[in-house]
Amino acid sequence: MNRLTELFQSKSTGILNVYFTAGYPTLESTGVIIHNLAEAGADLIEIGMPYSDPMADGETIQQSSMHALKNGMTLDVLFAQITAARQGTTIPLVLMGYYNQVLQYGPERFVAAAKAAGVDGLILPDLPIVEYEAEFRHLAEAQDLQVTFLITPQTSEERIRKIGAISTGFLYVVSSSSITGKSGEITPEQEAYFARVAALNLPQPRLIGFGISDARSFQKACAYANGAIIGSAFIRALKDTEDVAATTTAFVESILEPVL
Amino acid sequence: MTKNIHIDVDEHGYYGRFGGAYIPEMLHPNIEQLRNCYREMIAEPAFKAEFDSLLKDYVGRPSPLYYAKRLSAHYGARIYLKREDLNHTGAHKINNTIGQIMVAQRLGKTRIIAETGAGQHGVATATVCALVGLQCIVYMGEVDIERQAPNVARMRMLGAEVRPAKSGSRTLKDATNEAIRDWINNPEDTHYIIGSVVGPHPYPDMVARFQSVISEEMKWQLQEKVGREYPDAVVACVGGGSNAAGAFYHYLNDERVRLIAVEAAGLGVDSGESAATSVLGTEGIIHGARTLLMQTADGQVVEPYSISAGLDYPGIGPLHAYLIDSRRAEAISVTDDDALAAALFTTRTEGIIPALETAHAFAALNQMQYGPEDVIVICLSGRGDKDLAAYETYLNRL
Repeated sequence: MNRLTELFQSKSTGILNVYFTAGYPTLESTGVIIHNLAEAGADLIEIGMPYSDPMADGETIQQSSMHALKNGMTLDVLFAQITAARQGTTIPLVLMGYYNQVLQYGPERFVAAAKAAGVDGLILPDLPIVEYEAEFRHLAEAQDLQVTFLITPQTSEERIRKIGAISTGFLYVVSSSSITGKSGEITPEQEAYFARVAALNLPQPRLIGFGISDARSFQKACAYANGAIIGSAFIRALKDTEDVAATTTAFVESILEPVL
Repeated sequence: MTKNIHIDVDEHGYYGRFGGAYIPEMLHPNIEQLRNCYREMIAEPAFKAEFDSLLKDYVGRPSPLYYAKRLSAHYGARIYLKREDLNHTGAHKINNTIGQIMVAQRLGKTRIIAETGAGQHGVATATVCALVGLQCIVYMGEVDIERQAPNVARMRMLGAEVRPAKSGSRTLKDATNEAIRDWINNPEDTHYIIGSVVGPHPYPDMVARFQSVISEEMKWQLQEKVGREYPDAVVACVGGGSNAAGAFYHYLNDERVRLIAVEAAGLGVDSGESAATSVLGTEGIIHGARTLLMQTADGQVVEPYSISAGLDYPGIGPLHAYLIDSRRAEAISVTDDDALAAALFTTRTEGIIPALETAHAFAALNQMQYGPEDVIVICLSGRGDKDLAAYETYLNRL
């Protein structure tokens, strides 16, 4: 069974999904981060494939991506690192990146390599629904890779249902109309939107992401969905760290500790 | 015989296999709203009448088609210049911004953003924002802010805020990334006026249509001057490709007309410092369109280089990718040095200082084959006032 399916069957609340950029802060960080995220209690890991022109990302992920590329990260290096990391963990792994990377690697070759490395799902924010249906869905399904789509506060109910119908993975509920990396309090408007989406009774699990940065915002988001995704805040914690393993563990603990 | 060239994109915004709308979901409502509104507006006679009236009385159209006598004698062909440099603000860019500001107003948007390379599109956007009283923010690469300083001053005079793009090679590509990010962050009140035939559908189609006035005028002007509506060749420079799209538009299905797209070779196509996308590019996605793109084997975008800020772009509009791929258009690459020499030669032969971008189109004459009776139209897309610093440096080097 796909590890994502297993996760969502065994856990339906408080799922912690942590994103990091592969190859940051050092080329060899990937395995260390995966191991320590899993050990410290993350439920799911999103591995960012660094891209030169990440148009939906804020400065934090832009910078980490530039560093990772300078460190020598490529898709082949990443697949080898994931293959190695997979030996020691059963945590679900999701790859996130831009469709041009997949297109250049060759979509069929890409899904085969991802599957072989032990990847369970994909998030390709700039792959449109039309092209997904026409040229990608069957390839991902053939390798049992679940594909996640994003919805935003501006997405109409009709479109949310359409996306829900074609999405084979969890639904990525973008918390506000923004690029990644915004932090701060979750507003009443955002809570109303989370509640509105929750009331749609969609078949797949929902994880809230963008702007989730600490224990407080994580717990608030978890009240309206199966869990939440933290990315930029973790990347910021990794910046300038001497000890990637310890920083990773401490970060997960800081999110999972109870909020008083 | 005519080829069936798809001037109109299909319902998903494709020219053949190029185009589409590869955008994150955050942009979907805006893009959909824009597509619907634009389709509705171009079908309305009242829109067309207002657009034409602004082009006539505000922009100063029609732009002349000028017979360049001394250039013709030198090259041994009948060379005509389509004088987009004589438009208000000094380039073809204003044709598009007039159209798009009308769309933005219909959409009820109050804040306008734009990217700019050479600054001509930034100036044209700042101008139409001043014309209708809307807030204007222009993203411009740090490198370009320095090399196109006169246009930065013009934008500020017009009331626009110029925000530096500091990522990547700090040029047009990066300014476009920043503008897209701004739009994601401001989905409600903002319209993004893209300056070229790039970006997600409907931009390439919309910008080409607003620029198509260039070849629409060429047809009757050629009829008057040479007794037929078509030339033997149309030559235009291509960064993203908006002036070329406008100059080619009404001839796309007329195979009697050679379409010549002139790209910036920078220091040379094989130098590693180039922007010759048709030679160096492969199929990929940039700024929401599937097109030709300079990229690594791993799909990372390669930083381009050209002395001309307006051509310093690693992609090309999907229409041009389609035209070049289907061999309807020919691509010619011109180096920095050849463009500079052509700028000086044009200036001293015809008394016209062209923009550095346009200078590439003039330089292409040295690489083309033609007969003495051939009618060649060069799209003189912009004037060179903004490039005087680069031209002075060149003069001092001679």
